[in-house]
Amino acid sequence: MENEFIKDFPLLQSSTSNGKRLVYLDNAATTQKPVSVINAVKEYYENDNANPHRGAYALSTAATDIYEGAREQVRSFINAGHPEEIIFTKGATEGFNLAASSYGMNDIGSGDEILVSIAEHHSNLIPWQIVAKKKSAVLKYMYTDPSGRFTEDEINEKITERTKLVAITQVSNVLGIINPVEQIIKRAHEMGAVVVLDATQSIPHFNVDVQKLDVDFMAFSGHKMLAPMGIGVLYGKKELLDKMPPMLYGGGMVESVTEQDTVYAELPLKFEGGTQNVEGAYGLAKAIAYINKTGYGRIAEIENALTAYAMDQLRDIPYATVYGDTNQGKRTGVISFNIEGVHPHDVSTVLDAYVVAIRSGHHCAQPLMKHLGINACCRMSIYFYNTAQDIDLFLDAVKKVRGWLGIGA
Amino acid sequence: MELDHIYTEIIIEQSNSKKNKRDLEHPSVVSEGKNPSCGDEITLQLLIKDGIIADASFNGVGCAISQASSSIMIDLVKGKSTEEAGKLADLFISMIQRKVTDDSELEPLEDAVALRNISNMPSRVKCATMPWHTLLHAIRET
Repeated sequence: MENEFIKDFPLLQSSTSNGKRLVYLDNAATTQKPVSVINAVKEYYENDNANPHRGAYALSTAATDIYEGAREQVRSFINAGHPEEIIFTKGATEGFNLAASSYGMNDIGSGDEILVSIAEHHSNLIPWQIVAKKKSAVLKYMYTDPSGRFTEDEINEKITERTKLVAITQVSNVLGIINPVEQIIKRAHEMGAVVVLDATQSIPHFNVDVQKLDVDFMAFSGHKMLAPMGIGVLYGKKELLDKMPPMLYGGGMVESVTEQDTVYAELPLKFEGGTQNVEGAYGLAKAIAYINKTGYGRIAEIENALTAYAMDQLRDIPYATVYGDTNQGKRTGVISFNIEGVHPHDVSTVLDAYVVAIRSGHHCAQPLMKHLGINACCRMSIYFYNTAQDIDLFLDAVKKVRGWLGIGA
Repeated sequence: MELDHIYTEIIIEQSNSKKNKRDLEHPSVVSEGKNPSCGDEITLQLLIKDGIIADASFNGVGCAISQASSSIMIDLVKGKSTEEAGKLADLFISMIQRKVTDDSELEPLEDAVALRNISNMPSRVKCATMPWHTLLHAIRET
């Protein structure tokens, strides 16, 4: 069974030597790429390659136009007020590191509180551990209830006038639960704290409007939303970015340099030292175009139906445990589970033999795993190009796992 | 890679067996082994008397491969000198790394040869070798 999207994704059309089609359900790790994105990278190198912002010749101008055009495309995609609020990075990890090293190291002081949610991916957690250690700040955590949700009481209790910064993910990369970030941002601002939002697992699936959210910093990775690897975005409010020092010093981020001193370039170039990933930015622009053409409404419709189906079927398997609130609504198609008596890595190996790709391990969220009381788990994650047949093949393989491991049937 | 080449009878049997999974009362050395990427964690315990591994056990959590590998390793090294055990660990690691492929050279590994096919699965190699690295670490500590 195919859908209207598979024809656009070369890798999803491939099959193994024994004729089995790949069932790709590791979309929370990275998505496959449509041909329009793949071709954008190729076309850039065939037609437009030069160093942007450097040469006074037509080709360099063309490269600059492509790069800055991509920036405008991102601005419009997340509804930022100004293009210079869009900093290109190599991914969400670099975005959070930039926010931590340029904002955190300068604006957080001894005794200030940094509040990190227990559901954070390591990338929006470790940088704040480092800031807290170096600046003698207090690192606190906001915990989920047993269903994986942040309650209003927890939000109000943890965000206080001592809180200087809140690091929160919009969607957990393990539980798929959509967190109440509107409420968290409102409370943080009332208490005078800035919010660093991880949109990596949300923006591939639904619209994220930075002005409506009134978020201070937000980062995401291109490769989890159809774009090439090695390109990502840090959004920051202009008034915050203006005051922050650069993270990388070198070419392209300067106004003038003398033997002893440097005047930095204006935003956004101040934060983009070194030659940038222009083909990646172009690929990201094409990925955004693909999402816009498909429409978030259609994406949600497909993903919600597939998620509900997979969840219902998994819950019917007596030896399968699904983590987090399993009720529909307020969640994306990330489903974490374990098979009783079988280590997640063995589940993954058995599924691989049936050409079903899922993730197993701790998903770069070790504090959350500890909070959930598990060592590791399996994670299947859906994107709009998946089909009901993918879910059926996944479930068939899941039901064979225990047999291979010599447990029951 | 066919599943029945990985989850062989002996691996399934050893991974589900509890005979070597226990704590020693007075171990001479306790060594921890970890696979950070997948969450396999074992605690290897050795009782060494006059240079001989008089008793050995392990505890912890992990996948079928790491559990079977730990159990098979303990069966193999119990009663041997630490020097012999170290040589067997080196040989096992060389087998998984495909540095030693000759059947007769691998004979001293006995049942542990059942894990040979793991060398075809790069993502699972560490699961198989982790207990043996832990053993080498434990021996060096004595």
